[in-house]
Amino acid sequence: MTSLGGIRQRRIIAYAVSIGSVLAALLLGALMLLAFSASPLEGLRAMLSGAFGSWKALTETALKATPLLFVGVGITIAFRANVINIGGEGQMVAGALLSTIVALNAPSLPAIVMLPLVLAAGIVGGAIWGAVPGALKAYYGVNEILSTIMLNVVAVQLMNYLLRGPLIDPNGANLIPQTQRLTESADLPLLLGSGRFHIGPLLAVVAAIGAYILLWRTPLGYRLRAVGQNTDASRYAGIPVKRTIVLALTLSGAMAGLAGAVLVFGSESHRMITDGSTAGFTGSAGFNGIVAALFGGLHPLWTIPASFLFGGLLVGGNSLQRAVQVPSALILALNGIVVIFVVSTERFRQRLLERRPVVGEDTTPLTGASADTAAAGPPELDSPDPPGVAL
Amino acid sequence: MSKFFTQAVLIATVASGIRLAVPLLIASLGEMYGQRSGVLNLGVDGVMLLGAFGGYYAVLQSGNVWIGLLVGLLVGLLFGILTAIMSVTLKAQQGISGIGVYLFGLGFSDLLFQRWVGSPLPIASFPKLDIPGLSDIPVVGEMLFRHSIIVYLAFAAVPISIFIINWTTFGMKIRAVGENPEAADSLGVNVNRIRYATVMIGGTLAGIAGAALAIDLKIFQGNLTNAAGFIAIALVYFGAWRPLGVMAGALLYGFVNSIVLQLKTIGVIPRSWSDIAAMAPAVVTILALVVVAQRFRAPTALTKPFERGS
Repeated sequence: MTSLGGIRQRRIIAYAVSIGSVLAALLLGALMLLAFSASPLEGLRAMLSGAFGSWKALTETALKATPLLFVGVGITIAFRANVINIGGEGQMVAGALLSTIVALNAPSLPAIVMLPLVLAAGIVGGAIWGAVPGALKAYYGVNEILSTIMLNVVAVQLMNYLLRGPLIDPNGANLIPQTQRLTESADLPLLLGSGRFHIGPLLAVVAAIGAYILLWRTPLGYRLRAVGQNTDASRYAGIPVKRTIVLALTLSGAMAGLAGAVLVFGSESHRMITDGSTAGFTGSAGFNGIVAALFGGLHPLWTIPASFLFGGLLVGGNSLQRAVQVPSALILALNGIVVIFVVSTERFRQRLLERRPVVGEDTTPLTGASADTAAAGPPELDSPDPPGVAL
Repeated sequence: MSKFFTQAVLIATVASGIRLAVPLLIASLGEMYGQRSGVLNLGVDGVMLLGAFGGYYAVLQSGNVWIGLLVGLLVGLLFGILTAIMSVTLKAQQGISGIGVYLFGLGFSDLLFQRWVGSPLPIASFPKLDIPGLSDIPVVGEMLFRHSIIVYLAFAAVPISIFIINWTTFGMKIRAVGENPEAADSLGVNVNRIRYATVMIGGTLAGIAGAALAIDLKIFQGNLTNAAGFIAIALVYFGAWRPLGVMAGALLYGFVNSIVLQLKTIGVIPRSWSDIAAMAPAVVTILALVVVAQRFRAPTALTKPFERGS
């Protein structure tokens, strides 16, 4: 391992591998454009100017990045506790539904009360949708990947039922599955005098900073990370492992739920609408948030620029479609490729960042911590280096 | 409600339930092979979508459903190999790498469809095959033996899988590798080769399942599967990693979906209620996950890449 140079040098290589994943994905995207006989350069120019080229483009990118950041922050919290949350989609829907129900039923409250109330409802809705798989994992040994996936399915049916039934717009004549225009006091306040830019992106950044403080500056965060590193050592150290697992998924779900609420109350129509699928409401943010979190090295603060980047890709994809007539679904495919590259090179990057020489260590990715950390006392928890996180 | 309990409607409901179970059954059986050997492939839905588009496009161009199924198979095999490289050779985190495949499949199949086809042109579907003799049995014959060929093939894969997993050397190696890869390795079993084989079987069947879905519906559109691939993964747990259990789970989904469809067509229940009914199998699956977690054990090495110890 020493042949690879000092830790600083190796860390730089590790960063380069991360960035390289995105560049490689973009390169594949360029090849696809060529295959469709569209000009990659023109496409790239359209994407860049569409996503970052003007003040308006930047605000659109920030808006698109908002749900990714909320979900991504939630993902980092869960992953730090070694819990995999694939349920972002369902948790977003659950948060959006509960906040919508509150907004529909609350008497005309002033915005100063209404706004916190509906956002809190979003948090609670998502938290419930996260707590269930958390409890099932902690107390019944149910694999959280499976239960979060199934709860996505339940959430989409619940959404379709509520929006076609009890919550449907009573004034809508043609039975479109959507709510009425929600009360104006719940509209997210607009910033910068623009037509669309609301406080959502700021809330998301605050959430990311909050998650950072929680994870690295509080005893609770220490517990979450300790459980993620080594369950047995944590149990011997007196940490309530089961409760911590439930908490990790609850917090993770809460973040996604908030994303759902922000989508509803920051939307232009100020309604909740379904097209029958979760993606129709979330724009697949529940999955794309995982991409952003991974690219941010599962660190809440690094997830901020990562979300902005992927938000930019999504916004730029629409400009791409207009400029070279290649469907923006291309961006979703590229996001998938980024994930594939990032996780496939994870082992390599992990090796680079090992501080000690690796001699036949049995570090499986899921358990992360090796046996000697258990013996040597508290696990090493102070390494928030973005790309070197043990997945 | 009484309109529902006529013989004709009941027969049609059971028959269509069996038909609707087919893509889930094929994909889920494939996923079972990988999981029994210790590899969780979360990308099934993405591979199904790619197989579905590949199959749809091939039938659209050639008019031959078997060419469509073959293209679905080849697409699935290709992504099975890619998944194996990721999960087995590169030892990528299995809970996440599959999400990459899913997003890629979701985006890429939609991209190709919009670019190459554009509007949902209908295609040919599978030919029907009435089993001589058996299909003439009143009621039962109509329910079970008047299906398209793919239905018989899918259900034939159940006993074949039981045989392979339980009675062949290959099956024994799959189970050994999934339970105790170190021991299997020390006995000379090539752990990674077995896992490559099972993941490739899983990918191939996922591709076939996607193509079968598109050809059965005679259509393709973005996100055609609507998360069926994820349900297929859950059904492997639901069925406690056994072919018969997997089949029971697939049939549960098929029947509930067909009952909901029938009730909706007859107009017995309002549209919104049918969404509640459609929720039932997912809730049942979650409850089943709890029961299975209590009573059965997942393959010990599931999601753990194999590394030779020193």
